[in-house]
Amino acid sequence: MKALAARRHHRLAPLVLLLLALLVTGGLYAALAPSPATAASTPTADDVATGEKLFQASCATCHGLNAQGTQDAPSLIGVGAASVDFQVSTGRMPMQANGPQVIAKPPQFAEEETRQLAAYVASLGPGPAIPTDEMVDPSKGDPANGMALFRTNCAMCHNAVGAGGALSKGKYAPDLRETSPVAIYEAMQTGPQSMPVFNDATLTPEEKRDIIAYVDEQRAGSPGGAQLGALGPVSEGLWVWVLGMGLLIGCAVWIGAKSS
Amino acid sequence: MSTHNHPTDVTVTGATDGVPAVFTDPGIPHHRDRQSDLHPAAEKRAERQVTLLFGLSVLGTIGFLVAYFTVPPGETVASMRLSNLLLGLGLFLAMFAIGIAAVHWAKSLMNAHEKAEDRHELRSSDTTRTAAVEMLREGTEDSSIGRRGVLKGAMVSALALAPLSVAVPLIGEVGEDWDVSKFKSTMWRKGTRLAIDPSGRPIRAADVTIGSVVHVIPENLSEAEHPLDEKAKAVVLLVRLDPRDLKEAEDRKGWSYEGIVAYSKICTHVGCPVSLYEQQTHHLLCPCHQSTFDVADGAKVVFGPANRPLPQLPIEVDDEGYLVAQSDFTEPIGPSYWERLR
Amino acid sequence: MTTTTSPAAKAAGGTADYLDQRTGLGAAVKGLSRKIFPDHWSFLLGEIALYSFIVILISGVFLTLFFVPSMAETDYEGPWAAMNGVEMSEAFASTLRLSFEVRGGLLMRQIHHWAALLFMASIVTHMMRVFFTGAFRKPRELNWLIGFTLMILGLAAGFSGYSLPDDVLSGNGLRITDGVVRSIPIIGSYLSYFIFGGEFPGQDLIPRLFIVHVLLVPAIILALVGLHLFLVFLQKHTQYPGGGRTNTNVVGFPLFPIYVAKAGGFFFIVFGVIALMAATMTINPVWNYGPYDPSPVGAGAQPDWYMLFLEGSLRLMPGQGTEWVIGGYTLSLNVLIPAVVVPGILFTALAAYPFIEQFVTGDKREHHVLDRPRNVPFRTATGVAILTAFFILVLAGSNDLIATQFDLSINDITWTFRVLFFVAPVLAFWITKRICLGLQRKDRELVLHGHETGRIVRFAHGEYIEVHRPLDDQERWLRVSQEPNRPLEIEPAEDSRGVRRKGYRKDVLRQRLSRIFFEDRVEPVTPAELAAAHSHGEHDALGSVHQTHGGANVPELDQAGTDGVPTVTAAGGGRRLAEPETPQQGPGADARNH
Repeated sequence: MKALAARRHHRLAPLVLLLLALLVTGGLYAALAPSPATAASTPTADDVATGEKLFQASCATCHGLNAQGTQDAPSLIGVGAASVDFQVSTGRMPMQANGPQVIAKPPQFAEEETRQLAAYVASLGPGPAIPTDEMVDPSKGDPANGMALFRTNCAMCHNAVGAGGALSKGKYAPDLRETSPVAIYEAMQTGPQSMPVFNDATLTPEEKRDIIAYVDEQRAGSPGGAQLGALGPVSEGLWVWVLGMGLLIGCAVWIGAKSS
Repeated sequence: MSTHNHPTDVTVTGATDGVPAVFTDPGIPHHRDRQSDLHPAAEKRAERQVTLLFGLSVLGTIGFLVAYFTVPPGETVASMRLSNLLLGLGLFLAMFAIGIAAVHWAKSLMNAHEKAEDRHELRSSDTTRTAAVEMLREGTEDSSIGRRGVLKGAMVSALALAPLSVAVPLIGEVGEDWDVSKFKSTMWRKGTRLAIDPSGRPIRAADVTIGSVVHVIPENLSEAEHPLDEKAKAVVLLVRLDPRDLKEAEDRKGWSYEGIVAYSKICTHVGCPVSLYEQQTHHLLCPCHQSTFDVADGAKVVFGPANRPLPQLPIEVDDEGYLVAQSDFTEPIGPSYWERLR
Repeated sequence: MTTTTSPAAKAAGGTADYLDQRTGLGAAVKGLSRKIFPDHWSFLLGEIALYSFIVILISGVFLTLFFVPSMAETDYEGPWAAMNGVEMSEAFASTLRLSFEVRGGLLMRQIHHWAALLFMASIVTHMMRVFFTGAFRKPRELNWLIGFTLMILGLAAGFSGYSLPDDVLSGNGLRITDGVVRSIPIIGSYLSYFIFGGEFPGQDLIPRLFIVHVLLVPAIILALVGLHLFLVFLQKHTQYPGGGRTNTNVVGFPLFPIYVAKAGGFFFIVFGVIALMAATMTINPVWNYGPYDPSPVGAGAQPDWYMLFLEGSLRLMPGQGTEWVIGGYTLSLNVLIPAVVVPGILFTALAAYPFIEQFVTGDKREHHVLDRPRNVPFRTATGVAILTAFFILVLAGSNDLIATQFDLSINDITWTFRVLFFVAPVLAFWITKRICLGLQRKDRELVLHGHETGRIVRFAHGEYIEVHRPLDDQERWLRVSQEPNRPLEIEPAEDSRGVRRKGYRKDVLRQRLSRIFFEDRVEPVTPAELAAAHSHGEHDALGSVHQTHGGANVPELDQAGTDGVPTVTAAGGGRRLAEPETPQQGPGADARNH
């Protein structure tokens, strides 16, 4: 420790610190890398009944006692189980604070409860159902076709690899790389918030699965090394200044300094 | 400096007596010996370090070669990344170590005494200048160009015109047919079906539910001579709104179909594909420069650098229920240009 | 010369003799090998640019051997699953092949691109160094222009290369370029046809960009780099002020061996750092963007960093009411102003600055000793203001990423930058100038009073003083050797016979500008002041109050240091305007006494 204390004023100390900080950041990032999630099964009449109770308790204040909608929130009749599952399992609903958009957070309901809520809302009117495991299995999709579709339909908001992007007035398209395949499917199907709807005619279920396969493939990272957030030329520019010019100016200072 | 006067005696004028008007240059600072100049052991150590660094570079090169032969990029992202990483680190070591070694050598072992070298005025001396002028004068005299005006004129004209033989065909050919009126039309015609980009499936009006957005190309795009050129002008964004939300100008009432509207996807600012459709606000945002258009209100600009609304494609439904164009766009699509309205 | 006997030495001697007899090489070696270069880290910034350019050439040659500059359509088959069977141009397909199938190809591509970004970054940094130290002054104005041209060519090289893979991201950049070109009055549409060989995107662009990128621009860059370096050799390098450094000498180390080792070594360091970046960080992953297609676009659609200011400029411009139709012709000011006028002004100001400054100072002498930036507050502040404007535009070009990374509204950010673009440079100018003047005052204080030692001494009669250690000769010289810049004094409008003088108006303009440049200033300490302070200094050290002595000009530094600028009002008879050499009573002392 003494040696460390003695050297902390060394002129290379900031450089060493910077390198350490970079290593730690990289390590943390690697440690906190994403892990996948899973989907659900078929509902029963019991589920609908329990779901209704849950709805009365947690959702009816805004969506109305019979989910008919109020001034504060839209009607849920006919939105289907997919919509409920998406909103609740990603923690967007129940909503906690008003903002430019409803944000994802840790889910407030257990998986079971989410399924029951979805069953209740689905019983109110026909709407898109929660997709089966088969429908969202990335290994069954064609990533090449998925990429073509993603580019045309999704990349303008979600970025070329799904890293997310800005919309107007503080809204944004979220990062998809940690979103579960089921949630991606449901989002396309139901068009939550700013997102448009991609129904089965405009993007067939197979095409949706292809898109999921493409997004899933992004988890493998990039062959070129660190992705720098996959944000494109701006982050590359930042790194060339901070790291490239930083290191080289550091070297230049060393070269120009008189040796002792 | 001077003696320590009592403060009250001091005035600036008083102090100038015997003080020079300007400071004198103290000269090049004294050379200070380095450790390696003073101690043979330090010198030996530095030499060893430099040698070691060169050795490190050799190891880097060997590492690069080993990686090249034994770690193929393969078929997976991970194997490609590994190949790239190992090759890169080998190259880094090979290069960086040479650099550090050379600089360390210069800094620790080479003679470190600063030297001064005189500068000389860059300007040539007056005699040189006079001689140069004289030479030019003599040369001009020898060529007798001054006395032969017609010859001079002929030479200048010949030299001035000769480049035309390269420039004319170049300019003639470089812009293809130079027919800039092509900006004004796209391949949309009456009855052209709207198809989904990129699959090319035609779209039924019933397929487009409220809140959906479809990226559209003309169904016959692939038959075009240069599909990309045509696509660059013809791409359209199809949106269905609740007809109650839709504000339509009187002369455009017939251009939509039950709340389905079609707008050119090419921004009227500088031509990016405008395609961020926000379902709730009906705003269409361009990711390049953030021009924002209100699809519910004739695609008028509500924010950003664009000036004009996006051109609307008049659509209708054919006998089989497919969406088709009523005609081409009624104005040039994309960014403004000088003769756009001509 | 008969002492060498080893065979290697003999061979070398033989070769040298052979070459010298045919080229007279000896003279060049004699003239150049021990040429002196000054040592300073900031003199290596230009070298980073040179070396990254060499790395670009090396990796570029590698890439050209595998890249196919063609827009012909092909179907991709290869290891990249997300592209299998996708229709794309030969250019894009060959980029994928050289990235994934050529061993070391991806590394070379990433080296090439990182080196290109570094090339521009180091050019800009080098230019800043030259600007802030006044290295562009006579006789180096021409070299400034050459360097400026190199920067523009660097932009052209970067932009043309960035577009070669024919991917969606760069394709949208080209589409924006097309939009900007079309906005140019009268010839815009034709210029667009000229570039694209017809309508955008056409069939010709990639081959055309290729030849621009691999031959035209690099050849000119190479020639100009040669000229740039030749002038550095011919004019000899500038040096920072310091003991023994004069306008008529250059102090440093000989080219051979010190700079052969240091500068040569630095090349390998630069190459190494670029290789490290290419090994560990992805750059321009075109496989994520996909082959060009006019329909898609990705969020975060931005050019490489050196073009971001243009992107930002386009983003900031409000569109309402800025497109005019005059006699049926359309004038798109919403594009012309941000994409042509704003960069035009920024770049012209940069290129012309040496000439503007020379006009203002009327200084025709050669300058080989650099300015410390603080000693020329107006120039330093101008440079910082230009950089600030540039930086605001760069940030504006990244506004969507700022919005997502910091949870802000893109509309608010845009509005903020619209305001900041005008306000921030002015603020930056003002703040920088204050900082420079403050640093100059600090220098004066140091020279006059020495370093604080932190040692407190108590006198017998109870007073405490802090002991100040005077500066040594070298430290002092650094702080007093600069020439004071003062507003110009001009000849009166009429001569002694009352005849109006020619060129008076020009002189008045020059004088006005000169006042803007140099009105606020802090002058270096003169020996007389130092002598006064020394005796006065004892008194100061004893903790007494400053005294002003009957009408004499004693620099009241403490006061000047606290209440801001020692503003000199040049209006009022011009008595402070340049007067030759009267240091003790002259303008210098007067200028500070406010």
